[in-house]
Amino acid sequence: MKRKRGDVVVETRELCMHFGGVRAVEQVDFTLYDRELRCLIGPNGAGKSTFFKCLTGQLVPTSGEVLIRGHEMTGAEPFEIASLGVGIKTQVPNVFDGLTAEENIWLSARRWHGEARARALTAETIDRLDLGDIRRTLVGRLAHGQRQWVELGMVVAAEPWLVLLDEPAAGMTHEETYRTAQLIEEINKTSALIVVEHDMQFIRMISRQVTLFNEGGILMEDTMDAISADERAREVYLGHRS
Amino acid sequence: MTNSMLRKMRPTFIYALLGIIFMLAAPSVLQLFTIINLTTAIALSVLALSLALIWGYGGILCFGQVAFFGLGAYVYTISAINFGGSTWAILVAIIVTSAFASALGYFIFYGRVSDVYLGVITLTVTLIFFSLIRRTSGPEYKIGNALLGGFNGVSSPPINLPWNSASFLFPEQVFYVAMAALIICYVFVGWLVNTKFGRVCVAIRENELRAELLGYDIRAYKLGIFTIGAGIAAVGGVLFCNGVGRITPDIFNLYNAALTIIWVIVGGRGTLIGPIGATFALFYVTSALGGQSVFNNNLVLGIILIIFVLLVPKGVAPTIIGWASARQKKSQRRVRRRRRAEGTR
Repeated sequence: MKRKRGDVVVETRELCMHFGGVRAVEQVDFTLYDRELRCLIGPNGAGKSTFFKCLTGQLVPTSGEVLIRGHEMTGAEPFEIASLGVGIKTQVPNVFDGLTAEENIWLSARRWHGEARARALTAETIDRLDLGDIRRTLVGRLAHGQRQWVELGMVVAAEPWLVLLDEPAAGMTHEETYRTAQLIEEINKTSALIVVEHDMQFIRMISRQVTLFNEGGILMEDTMDAISADERAREVYLGHRS
Repeated sequence: MTNSMLRKMRPTFIYALLGIIFMLAAPSVLQLFTIINLTTAIALSVLALSLALIWGYGGILCFGQVAFFGLGAYVYTISAINFGGSTWAILVAIIVTSAFASALGYFIFYGRVSDVYLGVITLTVTLIFFSLIRRTSGPEYKIGNALLGGFNGVSSPPINLPWNSASFLFPEQVFYVAMAALIICYVFVGWLVNTKFGRVCVAIRENELRAELLGYDIRAYKLGIFTIGAGIAAVGGVLFCNGVGRITPDIFNLYNAALTIIWVIVGGRGTLIGPIGATFALFYVTSALGGQSVFNNNLVLGIILIIFVLLVPKGVAPTIIGWASARQKKSQRRVRRRRRAEGTR
Protein backbone atom coordinates (compact mmCIF):
# COMPACT_ATOMS: atom_id res chain seq x y z
CA MET A 1 0.00 0.00 0.00
CA LYS A 2 2.78 2.43 0.87
CA ARG A 3 4.31 4.15 -2.10
CA LYS A 4 7.99 4.00 -1.46
CA ARG A 5 9.90 6.60 -3.39
CA GLY A 6 13.19 6.20 -1.65
CA ASP A 7 14.74 6.73 1.73
CA VAL A 8 13.00 7.55 4.96
CA VAL A 9 13.34 11.29 5.63
CA VAL A 10 11.18 11.72 8.72
CA GLU A 11 10.55 9.09 11.31
CA THR A 12 9.01 9.25 14.75
CA ARG A 13 9.16 6.36 17.20
CA GLU A 14 6.63 6.10 19.99
CA LEU A 15 6.40 9.88 20.10
CA CYS A 16 4.45 11.21 23.10
CA MET A 17 3.59 14.75 24.09
CA HIS A 18 1.70 15.17 27.33
CA PHE A 19 0.52 18.43 28.88
CA GLY A 20 -0.14 17.53 32.48
CA GLY A 21 -2.79 14.84 32.22
CA VAL A 22 -3.65 15.62 28.59
CA ARG A 23 -2.13 13.16 26.16
CA ALA A 24 -2.00 15.41 23.09
CA VAL A 25 0.19 12.99 21.15
CA GLU A 26 0.38 9.37 22.26
CA GLN A 27 2.75 6.71 20.91
CA VAL A 28 2.92 7.95 17.34
CA ASP A 29 5.01 5.97 14.87
CA PHE A 30 5.20 7.93 11.68
CA THR A 31 7.29 7.54 8.55
CA LEU A 32 7.74 9.86 5.59
CA TYR A 33 9.70 8.89 2.48
CA ASP A 34 11.72 11.14 0.21
CA ARG A 35 9.67 13.15 -2.29
CA GLU A 36 6.49 12.10 -0.57
CA LEU A 37 3.58 14.52 -0.10
CA ARG A 38 1.66 13.71 3.04
CA CYS A 39 -1.36 15.44 4.49
CA LEU A 40 -2.17 15.25 8.17
CA ILE A 41 -5.86 15.63 8.93
CA GLY A 42 -8.06 15.07 11.92
CA PRO A 43 -10.70 16.77 14.05
CA ASN A 44 -9.81 19.67 16.37
CA GLY A 45 -7.66 18.50 19.25
CA ALA A 46 -6.59 15.34 17.44
CA GLY A 47 -2.92 16.22 17.97
CA LYS A 48 -1.89 17.19 14.44
CA SER A 49 -0.55 20.59 15.35
CA THR A 50 1.15 19.32 18.52
CA PHE A 51 2.75 16.57 16.44
CA PHE A 52 3.85 19.22 13.94
CA LYS A 53 5.37 21.33 16.71
CA CYS A 54 7.31 18.31 17.98
CA LEU A 55 8.73 17.81 14.49
CA THR A 56 9.78 21.44 14.15
CA GLY A 57 11.34 21.78 17.59
CA GLN A 58 8.74 24.23 18.90
CA LEU A 59 7.82 21.65 21.55
CA VAL A 60 10.06 19.14 23.28
CA PRO A 61 8.33 15.75 23.27
CA THR A 62 7.66 14.03 26.59
CA SER A 63 9.10 10.78 25.28
CA GLY A 64 9.91 9.02 22.04
CA GLU A 65 12.21 9.96 19.18
CA VAL A 66 12.19 12.20 16.13
CA LEU A 67 14.59 11.29 13.35
CA ILE A 68 15.11 13.53 10.35
CA ARG A 69 17.18 11.90 7.61
CA GLY A 70 18.64 9.61 10.22
CA HIS A 71 19.67 12.45 12.56
CA GLU A 72 18.29 12.13 16.05
CA MET A 73 16.50 15.49 16.46
CA THR A 74 14.34 14.87 19.52
CA GLY A 75 14.09 18.09 21.49
CA ALA A 76 16.40 19.98 19.11
CA GLU A 77 16.05 23.76 18.78
CA PRO A 78 13.97 24.95 15.79
CA PHE A 79 17.03 26.52 14.19
CA GLU A 80 18.89 23.21 14.36
CA ILE A 81 16.07 21.48 12.51
CA ALA A 82 15.82 24.30 9.96
CA SER A 83 19.60 24.12 9.53
CA LEU A 84 19.26 20.59 8.16
CA GLY A 85 17.54 22.15 5.16
CA VAL A 86 13.96 21.92 6.38
CA GLY A 87 11.50 24.65 5.38
CA ILE A 88 8.81 25.36 7.96
CA LYS A 89 5.61 27.40 7.84
CA THR A 90 3.64 27.79 11.03
CA GLN A 91 -0.11 27.98 11.49
CA VAL A 92 -0.23 31.68 12.43
CA PRO A 93 1.70 33.60 9.76
CA ASN A 94 5.16 34.20 11.14
CA VAL A 95 6.74 36.95 9.08
CA PHE A 96 8.92 39.99 9.71
CA ASP A 97 6.21 42.66 9.82
CA GLY A 98 8.55 45.64 9.89
CA LEU A 99 10.51 44.58 6.81
CA THR A 100 9.61 44.55 3.12
CA ALA A 101 8.43 41.40 1.38
CA GLU A 102 11.67 41.35 -0.55
CA GLU A 103 13.80 41.52 2.57
CA ASN A 104 11.75 38.79 4.23
CA ILE A 105 12.58 36.47 1.35
CA TRP A 106 16.19 37.64 1.14
CA LEU A 107 16.73 36.73 4.79
CA SER A 108 15.70 33.20 3.98
CA ALA A 109 17.91 32.87 0.91
CA ARG A 110 20.87 34.55 2.60
CA ARG A 111 20.91 31.87 5.31
CA TRP A 112 22.17 29.39 2.73
CA HIS A 113 23.91 31.44 0.08
CA GLY A 114 26.39 34.25 -0.48
CA GLU A 115 25.47 37.82 -1.33
CA ALA A 116 25.06 37.45 -5.11
CA ARG A 117 23.29 34.09 -5.16
CA ALA A 118 20.93 35.19 -2.38
CA ARG A 119 19.90 38.25 -4.38
CA ALA A 120 19.32 36.19 -7.52
CA LEU A 121 17.33 33.61 -5.61
CA THR A 122 15.21 36.33 -4.00
CA ALA A 123 14.36 37.83 -7.39
CA GLU A 124 13.59 34.36 -8.73
CA THR A 125 11.27 33.57 -5.81
CA ILE A 126 9.46 36.90 -6.16
CA ASP A 127 8.80 36.13 -9.84
CA ARG A 128 7.80 32.58 -9.13
CA LEU A 129 5.26 33.56 -6.48
CA ASP A 130 4.18 36.66 -8.38
CA LEU A 131 4.99 39.01 -5.50
CA GLY A 132 6.46 41.75 -7.75
CA ASP A 133 3.77 44.31 -6.89
CA ILE A 134 4.30 44.08 -3.15
CA ARG A 135 8.05 43.52 -3.02
CA ARG A 136 8.75 46.90 -1.45
CA THR A 137 5.71 46.92 0.84
CA LEU A 138 6.13 46.32 4.56
CA VAL A 139 4.73 42.89 5.24
CA GLY A 140 2.80 44.22 8.25
CA ARG A 141 0.63 46.22 5.84
CA LEU A 142 -0.29 43.28 3.63
CA ALA A 143 -3.55 41.33 3.65
CA HIS A 144 -3.65 37.99 5.41
CA GLY A 145 -3.43 35.92 2.24
CA GLN A 146 -0.48 37.93 0.95
CA ARG A 147 1.35 37.47 4.24
CA GLN A 148 0.82 33.74 3.90
CA TRP A 149 2.35 33.95 0.44
CA VAL A 150 5.35 35.90 1.66
CA GLU A 151 5.87 33.18 4.25
CA LEU A 152 5.60 30.50 1.57
CA GLY A 153 8.12 32.53 -0.43
CA MET A 154 10.51 32.38 2.51
CA VAL A 155 10.11 28.62 2.64
CA VAL A 156 10.69 28.23 -1.10
CA ALA A 157 13.68 30.61 -1.22
CA ALA A 158 15.63 28.38 1.17
CA GLU A 159 15.39 25.54 -1.40
CA PRO A 160 14.53 22.98 1.29
CA TRP A 161 14.51 19.23 0.69
CA LEU A 162 11.80 18.78 3.28
CA VAL A 163 8.89 21.17 3.76
CA LEU A 164 6.58 21.24 6.78
CA LEU A 165 3.43 23.35 6.37
CA ASP A 166 0.86 23.95 9.08
CA GLU A 167 -2.48 25.00 7.52
CA PRO A 168 -1.01 26.81 4.50
CA ALA A 169 -4.44 27.61 3.07
CA ALA A 170 -5.98 28.98 6.27
CA GLY A 171 -7.80 32.24 5.66
CA MET A 172 -7.06 32.29 1.94
CA THR A 173 -9.60 33.04 -0.76
CA HIS A 174 -10.62 30.28 -3.14
CA GLU A 175 -8.31 31.62 -5.83
CA GLU A 176 -5.38 31.84 -3.42
CA THR A 177 -6.06 28.33 -2.14
CA TYR A 178 -5.94 27.01 -5.69
CA ARG A 179 -2.62 28.75 -6.34
CA THR A 180 -1.23 27.39 -3.07
CA ALA A 181 -2.18 23.87 -4.15
CA GLN A 182 -0.32 24.42 -7.41
CA LEU A 183 2.72 25.73 -5.58
CA ILE A 184 2.74 22.70 -3.30
CA GLU A 185 2.64 20.39 -6.31
CA GLU A 186 5.60 22.28 -7.70
CA ILE A 187 7.57 22.13 -4.43
CA ASN A 188 6.87 18.41 -4.32
CA LYS A 189 8.88 17.91 -7.53
CA THR A 190 12.06 18.49 -5.55
CA SER A 191 11.17 17.97 -1.90
CA ALA A 192 9.16 15.91 0.52
CA LEU A 193 6.25 17.63 2.24
CA ILE A 194 4.08 17.28 5.31
CA VAL A 195 0.96 19.42 5.17
CA VAL A 196 -1.36 19.82 8.15
CA GLU A 197 -4.71 21.00 6.86
CA HIS A 198 -8.37 21.42 7.74
CA ASP A 199 -9.74 22.41 4.37
CA MET A 200 -11.02 19.18 2.79
CA GLN A 201 -11.28 20.64 -0.70
CA PHE A 202 -7.68 21.74 -0.50
CA ILE A 203 -6.60 18.28 0.59
CA ARG A 204 -8.45 16.74 -2.35
CA MET A 205 -6.54 19.09 -4.68
CA ILE A 206 -3.12 18.02 -3.46
CA SER A 207 -3.56 14.76 -1.65
CA ARG A 208 -1.69 11.59 -2.25
CA GLN A 209 -1.28 9.80 1.05
CA VAL A 210 -3.25 11.08 4.05
CA THR A 211 -2.65 10.40 7.74
CA LEU A 212 -5.74 10.73 9.91
CA PHE A 213 -5.14 11.72 13.52
CA ASN A 214 -7.63 11.10 16.28
CA GLU A 215 -7.25 11.49 20.04
CA GLY A 216 -3.49 11.87 19.88
CA GLY A 217 -2.81 8.83 17.75
CA ILE A 218 -2.85 7.82 14.09
CA LEU A 219 -6.20 6.32 13.24
CA MET A 220 -5.38 5.38 9.69
CA GLU A 221 -3.10 6.13 6.78
CA ASP A 222 -4.43 5.83 3.28
CA THR A 223 -5.49 7.78 0.21
CA MET A 224 -8.14 10.45 0.61
CA ASP A 225 -10.67 8.35 -1.29
CA ALA A 226 -10.14 5.35 0.93
CA ILE A 227 -10.43 7.51 4.05
CA SER A 228 -13.61 9.11 2.80
CA ALA A 229 -15.07 5.67 2.29
CA ASP A 230 -14.05 4.33 5.68
CA GLU A 231 -16.71 4.03 8.38
CA ARG A 232 -14.48 4.85 11.35
CA ALA A 233 -12.94 7.84 9.62
CA ARG A 234 -16.35 9.22 8.72
CA GLU A 235 -17.40 8.85 12.30
CA VAL A 236 -14.48 10.73 13.88
CA TYR A 237 -14.01 13.41 11.32
CA LEU A 238 -15.91 13.58 8.13
CA GLY A 239 -19.21 12.95 9.84
CA HIS A 240 -18.75 16.06 11.93
CA ARG A 241 -17.93 18.20 8.97
CA SER A 242 -21.37 19.70 8.64
CA MET B 1 32.12 47.14 0.33
CA THR B 2 29.65 46.59 -2.44
CA ASN B 3 27.79 49.32 -4.26
CA SER B 4 24.49 48.53 -2.60
CA MET B 5 26.13 48.80 0.82
CA LEU B 6 27.53 52.22 -0.12
CA ARG B 7 24.09 53.31 -1.29
CA LYS B 8 22.43 52.21 1.94
CA MET B 9 25.09 53.99 3.96
CA ARG B 10 24.80 57.31 2.15
CA PRO B 11 22.85 59.05 4.96
CA THR B 12 25.38 57.69 7.46
CA PHE B 13 28.24 59.24 5.50
CA ILE B 14 26.40 62.56 5.21
CA TYR B 15 25.90 62.79 8.96
CA ALA B 16 29.49 61.66 9.54
CA LEU B 17 30.69 64.45 7.23
CA LEU B 18 28.61 67.01 9.14
CA GLY B 19 30.19 65.64 12.29
CA ILE B 20 33.69 66.11 10.89
CA ILE B 21 32.90 69.70 9.89
CA PHE B 22 31.56 70.35 13.39
CA MET B 23 34.64 68.74 14.91
CA LEU B 24 36.99 70.99 12.95
CA ALA B 25 34.97 74.18 13.34
CA ALA B 26 33.82 73.97 16.97
CA PRO B 27 37.11 74.76 18.80
CA SER B 28 37.61 77.99 16.84
CA VAL B 29 34.01 79.14 17.38
CA LEU B 30 33.13 77.96 20.86
CA GLN B 31 34.65 78.79 24.24
CA LEU B 32 36.82 76.27 26.02
CA PHE B 33 34.22 75.78 28.75
CA THR B 34 31.64 74.80 26.12
CA ILE B 35 34.13 72.48 24.44
CA ILE B 36 34.78 70.66 27.73
CA ASN B 37 31.04 70.35 28.29
CA LEU B 38 30.60 69.11 24.74
CA THR B 39 33.11 66.31 25.39
CA THR B 40 30.84 64.99 28.13
CA ALA B 41 27.80 65.24 25.84
CA ILE B 42 29.71 63.36 23.13
CA ALA B 43 30.60 60.59 25.60
CA LEU B 44 26.95 60.28 26.59
CA SER B 45 25.86 60.20 22.95
CA VAL B 46 28.19 57.24 22.35
CA LEU B 47 26.28 55.53 25.17
CA ALA B 48 23.00 56.46 23.47
CA LEU B 49 24.37 55.08 20.19
CA SER B 50 25.14 51.74 21.86
CA LEU B 51 21.58 51.44 23.19
CA ALA B 52 20.21 52.59 19.82
CA LEU B 53 22.02 49.61 18.32
CA ILE B 54 20.97 46.89 20.73
CA TRP B 55 17.46 48.15 21.46
CA GLY B 56 16.56 49.93 18.22
CA TYR B 57 18.02 47.28 15.93
CA GLY B 58 18.49 44.21 18.13
CA GLY B 59 15.22 44.59 20.02
CA ILE B 60 17.02 44.03 23.32
CA LEU B 61 15.71 46.48 25.93
CA CYS B 62 18.75 46.64 28.15
CA PHE B 63 17.85 48.78 31.16
CA GLY B 64 21.44 48.77 32.36
CA GLN B 65 23.40 49.95 29.36
CA VAL B 66 24.95 52.51 31.69
CA ALA B 67 26.53 49.61 33.64
CA PHE B 68 28.83 48.92 30.68
CA PHE B 69 29.47 52.64 30.30
CA GLY B 70 30.48 52.95 33.94
CA LEU B 71 32.42 49.70 33.92
CA GLY B 72 34.38 50.92 30.89
CA ALA B 73 35.15 54.18 32.70
CA TYR B 74 36.29 52.39 35.87
CA VAL B 75 38.39 49.82 34.04
CA TYR B 76 40.01 52.58 31.99
CA THR B 77 40.78 54.68 35.05
CA ILE B 78 42.18 51.79 37.10
CA SER B 79 44.28 50.43 34.24
CA ALA B 80 45.55 53.87 33.24
CA ILE B 81 46.71 54.49 36.82
CA ASN B 82 48.40 51.08 36.95
CA PHE B 83 49.93 51.12 33.48
CA GLY B 84 50.94 54.76 33.76
CA GLY B 85 49.45 55.52 30.34
CA SER B 86 46.17 55.42 28.46
CA THR B 87 47.06 53.45 25.33
CA TRP B 88 46.55 49.95 26.70
CA ALA B 89 44.03 51.14 29.27
CA ILE B 90 41.56 52.06 26.51
CA LEU B 91 41.88 48.63 24.91
CA VAL B 92 41.62 46.86 28.26
CA ALA B 93 38.49 48.87 29.13
CA ILE B 94 36.77 47.84 25.89
CA ILE B 95 37.86 44.20 26.13
CA VAL B 96 37.00 43.71 29.82
CA THR B 97 33.59 45.35 29.39
CA SER B 98 32.78 43.27 26.29
CA ALA B 99 33.90 40.11 28.07
CA PHE B 100 31.74 40.94 31.08
CA ALA B 101 28.74 41.65 28.81
CA SER B 102 29.23 38.43 26.88
CA ALA B 103 29.37 36.39 30.11
CA LEU B 104 26.22 38.07 31.40
CA GLY B 105 24.56 37.81 27.99
CA TYR B 106 25.45 34.14 27.73
CA PHE B 107 23.29 33.31 30.74
CA ILE B 108 20.50 35.63 29.61
CA PHE B 109 20.25 34.55 25.97
CA TYR B 110 21.22 30.89 26.22
CA GLY B 111 18.98 30.59 29.28
CA ARG B 112 16.18 32.02 27.10
CA VAL B 113 15.31 34.66 29.66
CA SER B 114 12.35 36.69 28.44
CA ASP B 115 12.55 40.38 27.52
CA VAL B 116 11.02 41.72 30.73
CA TYR B 117 13.46 39.80 32.92
CA LEU B 118 16.33 40.90 30.73
CA GLY B 119 15.45 44.48 31.65
CA VAL B 120 15.23 43.56 35.33
CA ILE B 121 18.52 41.65 35.31
CA THR B 122 20.50 44.37 33.54
CA LEU B 123 19.09 47.07 35.82
CA THR B 124 19.90 44.97 38.88
CA VAL B 125 23.47 44.47 37.70
CA THR B 126 23.79 48.24 37.38
CA LEU B 127 22.50 48.84 40.89
CA ILE B 128 24.79 46.10 42.26
CA PHE B 129 27.76 47.98 40.80
CA PHE B 130 26.40 51.16 42.38
CA SER B 131 26.13 49.64 45.87
CA LEU B 132 29.38 47.71 45.65
CA ILE B 133 31.61 50.55 44.53
CA ARG B 134 30.04 53.01 46.99
CA ARG B 135 31.30 50.79 49.80
CA THR B 136 34.93 50.80 48.69
CA SER B 137 36.07 53.93 50.47
CA GLY B 138 38.71 52.41 52.75
CA PRO B 139 42.41 52.28 51.88
CA GLU B 140 42.13 48.46 51.71
CA TYR B 141 40.05 48.69 48.53
CA LYS B 142 42.63 49.13 45.85
CA ILE B 143 43.44 47.44 42.57
CA GLY B 144 47.18 47.66 42.00
CA ASN B 145 48.03 51.30 42.65
CA ALA B 146 44.51 52.57 42.17
CA LEU B 147 42.37 53.36 45.20
CA LEU B 148 38.68 52.84 44.38
CA GLY B 149 37.72 55.72 46.61
CA GLY B 150 34.15 54.65 47.36
CA PHE B 151 31.60 57.43 47.09
CA ASN B 152 34.17 60.01 46.01
CA GLY B 153 35.35 57.96 43.08
CA VAL B 154 38.73 58.01 41.39
CA SER B 155 40.26 60.77 39.33
CA SER B 156 40.94 59.57 35.80
CA PRO B 157 44.29 60.13 34.11
CA PRO B 158 43.75 61.99 30.83
CA ILE B 159 44.35 60.32 27.49
CA ASN B 160 47.90 60.63 26.15
CA LEU B 161 49.39 60.17 22.71
CA PRO B 162 49.76 56.48 21.86
CA TRP B 163 52.74 54.91 23.64
CA ASN B 164 53.91 58.27 24.95
CA SER B 165 52.55 58.58 28.46
CA ALA B 166 54.27 61.90 29.06
CA SER B 167 52.26 63.78 26.44
CA PHE B 168 48.80 64.30 27.95
CA LEU B 169 46.12 65.71 25.75
CA PHE B 170 44.64 69.10 26.57
CA PRO B 171 40.85 69.41 26.94
CA GLU B 172 40.58 70.79 23.43
CA GLN B 173 42.48 67.80 22.05
CA VAL B 174 40.34 65.42 24.10
CA PHE B 175 37.37 67.00 22.33
CA TYR B 176 38.88 66.05 18.95
CA VAL B 177 39.46 62.49 20.17
CA ALA B 178 35.92 62.22 21.53
CA MET B 179 34.33 63.58 18.37
CA ALA B 180 36.46 61.31 16.20
CA ALA B 181 35.53 58.32 18.36
CA LEU B 182 31.84 59.20 18.08
CA ILE B 183 32.07 59.48 14.29
CA ILE B 184 33.99 56.20 13.99
CA CYS B 185 31.51 54.38 16.26
CA TYR B 186 28.60 55.90 14.32
CA VAL B 187 29.94 54.83 10.93
CA PHE B 188 30.82 51.39 12.32
CA VAL B 189 27.30 50.87 13.69
CA GLY B 190 25.80 52.29 10.49
CA TRP B 191 27.78 49.70 8.56
CA LEU B 192 27.01 46.89 11.00
CA VAL B 193 23.23 47.27 10.76
CA ASN B 194 23.45 46.90 6.98
CA THR B 195 25.54 43.73 7.02
CA LYS B 196 24.01 40.27 7.01
CA PHE B 197 24.60 40.14 10.77
CA GLY B 198 22.73 43.41 11.27
CA ARG B 199 19.83 42.43 9.04
CA VAL B 200 19.43 39.13 10.86
CA CYS B 201 19.40 41.01 14.18
CA VAL B 202 16.61 43.23 12.83
CA ALA B 203 14.76 40.11 11.68
CA ILE B 204 15.09 38.66 15.20
CA ARG B 205 13.69 41.90 16.61
CA GLU B 206 10.73 41.56 14.26
CA ASN B 207 9.99 37.89 14.88
CA GLU B 208 12.19 35.56 16.89
CA LEU B 209 10.40 32.36 15.96
CA ARG B 210 10.51 33.08 12.24
CA ALA B 211 14.22 33.91 12.39
CA GLU B 212 14.80 30.63 14.14
CA LEU B 213 12.67 28.70 11.65
CA LEU B 214 14.85 30.10 8.88
CA GLY B 215 17.78 28.38 10.59
CA TYR B 216 19.39 31.31 12.42
CA ASP B 217 20.70 30.66 15.93
CA ILE B 218 19.07 33.70 17.53
CA ARG B 219 20.89 33.21 20.83
CA ALA B 220 24.26 33.68 19.15
CA TYR B 221 23.10 36.76 17.21
CA LYS B 222 21.62 38.38 20.30
CA LEU B 223 24.73 37.66 22.31
CA GLY B 224 26.83 39.11 19.49
CA ILE B 225 24.96 42.40 19.22
CA PHE B 226 24.73 42.70 23.02
CA THR B 227 28.50 42.30 23.35
CA ILE B 228 29.25 44.79 20.58
CA GLY B 229 26.84 47.27 22.18
CA ALA B 230 28.65 46.90 25.51
CA GLY B 231 32.01 47.51 23.82
CA ILE B 232 30.70 50.75 22.30
CA ALA B 233 29.25 51.81 25.66
CA ALA B 234 32.74 51.24 27.13
CA VAL B 235 34.21 53.63 24.53
CA GLY B 236 31.67 56.18 25.75
CA GLY B 237 32.72 55.50 29.34
CA VAL B 238 36.39 56.11 28.53
CA LEU B 239 35.50 59.44 26.90
CA PHE B 240 33.21 60.36 29.78
CA CYS B 241 35.78 60.00 32.55
CA ASN B 242 38.20 61.97 30.37
CA GLY B 243 35.70 64.76 29.89
CA VAL B 244 34.73 64.95 33.56
CA GLY B 245 38.18 64.11 34.93
CA ARG B 246 36.94 61.56 37.45
CA ILE B 247 34.57 58.65 37.77
CA THR B 248 32.22 58.09 40.71
CA PRO B 249 29.74 55.32 41.51
CA ASP B 250 26.93 57.78 40.78
CA ILE B 251 27.29 56.83 37.14
CA PHE B 252 25.56 53.54 38.02
CA ASN B 253 22.49 55.13 39.59
CA LEU B 254 18.90 54.70 38.54
CA TYR B 255 18.70 58.23 37.13
CA ASN B 256 21.43 57.57 34.55
CA ALA B 257 20.00 54.15 33.68
CA ALA B 258 16.64 55.75 32.93
CA LEU B 259 18.16 58.70 31.11
CA THR B 260 19.80 56.40 28.55
CA ILE B 261 16.42 54.91 27.71
CA ILE B 262 14.89 58.40 27.44
CA TRP B 263 17.49 59.52 24.88
CA VAL B 264 16.66 56.58 22.65
CA ILE B 265 12.89 56.99 23.06
CA VAL B 266 13.05 60.72 22.27
CA GLY B 267 15.52 60.30 19.40
CA GLY B 268 13.68 57.33 17.95
CA ARG B 269 14.25 53.62 17.91
CA GLY B 270 15.45 52.16 14.63
CA THR B 271 17.64 55.17 13.83
CA LEU B 272 21.16 56.00 14.97
CA ILE B 273 21.34 59.74 14.45
CA GLY B 274 18.11 60.29 16.40
CA PRO B 275 19.36 59.10 19.80
CA ILE B 276 22.69 60.89 19.28
CA GLY B 277 20.88 64.16 18.53
CA ALA B 278 18.47 63.66 21.42
CA THR B 279 21.38 63.16 23.82
CA PHE B 280 22.94 66.49 22.83
CA ALA B 281 19.60 68.28 23.01
CA LEU B 282 18.59 66.88 26.39
CA PHE B 283 22.11 67.39 27.74
CA TYR B 284 21.78 71.08 26.99
CA VAL B 285 18.25 71.25 28.33
CA THR B 286 19.46 69.77 31.63
CA SER B 287 22.48 72.11 31.74
CA ALA B 288 20.25 75.10 31.09
CA LEU B 289 17.78 73.96 33.71
CA GLY B 290 20.66 73.48 36.15
CA GLY B 291 21.30 77.22 35.89
CA GLN B 292 17.87 78.16 37.20
CA SER B 293 15.96 77.21 40.30
CA VAL B 294 12.34 77.80 39.30
CA PHE B 295 11.61 74.32 38.05
CA ASN B 296 12.85 71.00 39.31
CA ASN B 297 15.19 69.47 36.75
CA ASN B 298 13.75 65.97 36.91
CA LEU B 299 10.20 67.24 36.73
CA VAL B 300 10.91 68.94 33.40
CA LEU B 301 12.70 65.86 32.04
CA GLY B 302 9.76 63.72 33.13
CA ILE B 303 7.32 66.03 31.36
CA ILE B 304 9.43 65.92 28.20
CA LEU B 305 9.40 62.12 28.28
CA ILE B 306 5.62 61.97 28.79
CA ILE B 307 5.05 64.43 25.94
CA PHE B 308 7.22 62.35 23.62
CA VAL B 309 5.67 59.02 24.54
CA LEU B 310 2.19 60.45 23.98
CA LEU B 311 2.72 62.72 20.97
CA VAL B 312 5.79 61.39 19.17
CA PRO B 313 5.81 57.74 20.19
CA LYS B 314 8.20 56.76 17.41
CA GLY B 315 10.73 59.42 18.39
CA VAL B 316 11.92 62.50 16.54
CA ALA B 317 14.06 61.03 13.76
CA PRO B 318 11.61 58.36 12.49
CA THR B 319 8.79 60.91 12.56
CA ILE B 320 10.78 63.38 10.45
CA ILE B 321 11.81 60.61 8.06
CA GLY B 322 8.14 59.58 7.83
CA TRP B 323 7.07 63.13 6.94
CA ALA B 324 9.84 63.52 4.40
CA SER B 325 9.09 60.28 2.59
CA ALA B 326 5.35 60.99 2.64
CA ARG B 327 5.98 64.40 1.06
CA GLN B 328 8.31 62.84 -1.48
CA LYS B 329 5.69 60.26 -2.45
CA LYS B 330 3.07 62.97 -2.66
CA SER B 331 5.19 65.09 -4.99
CA GLN B 332 6.05 62.03 -7.07
CA ARG B 333 2.37 61.29 -7.40
CA ARG B 334 1.72 64.90 -8.38
CA VAL B 335 4.43 64.73 -11.05
CA ARG B 336 2.99 61.49 -12.37
CA ARG B 337 -0.51 62.93 -12.45
CA ARG B 338 0.69 66.03 -14.27
CA ARG B 339 2.52 63.91 -16.81
CA ARG B 340 -0.56 61.80 -17.38
CA ALA B 341 -2.64 64.94 -17.78
CA GLU B 342 -0.19 66.31 -20.32
CA GLY B 343 -0.22 63.01 -22.17
CA THR B 344 -3.98 63.07 -22.61
CA ARG B 345 -4.00 66.63 -23.84
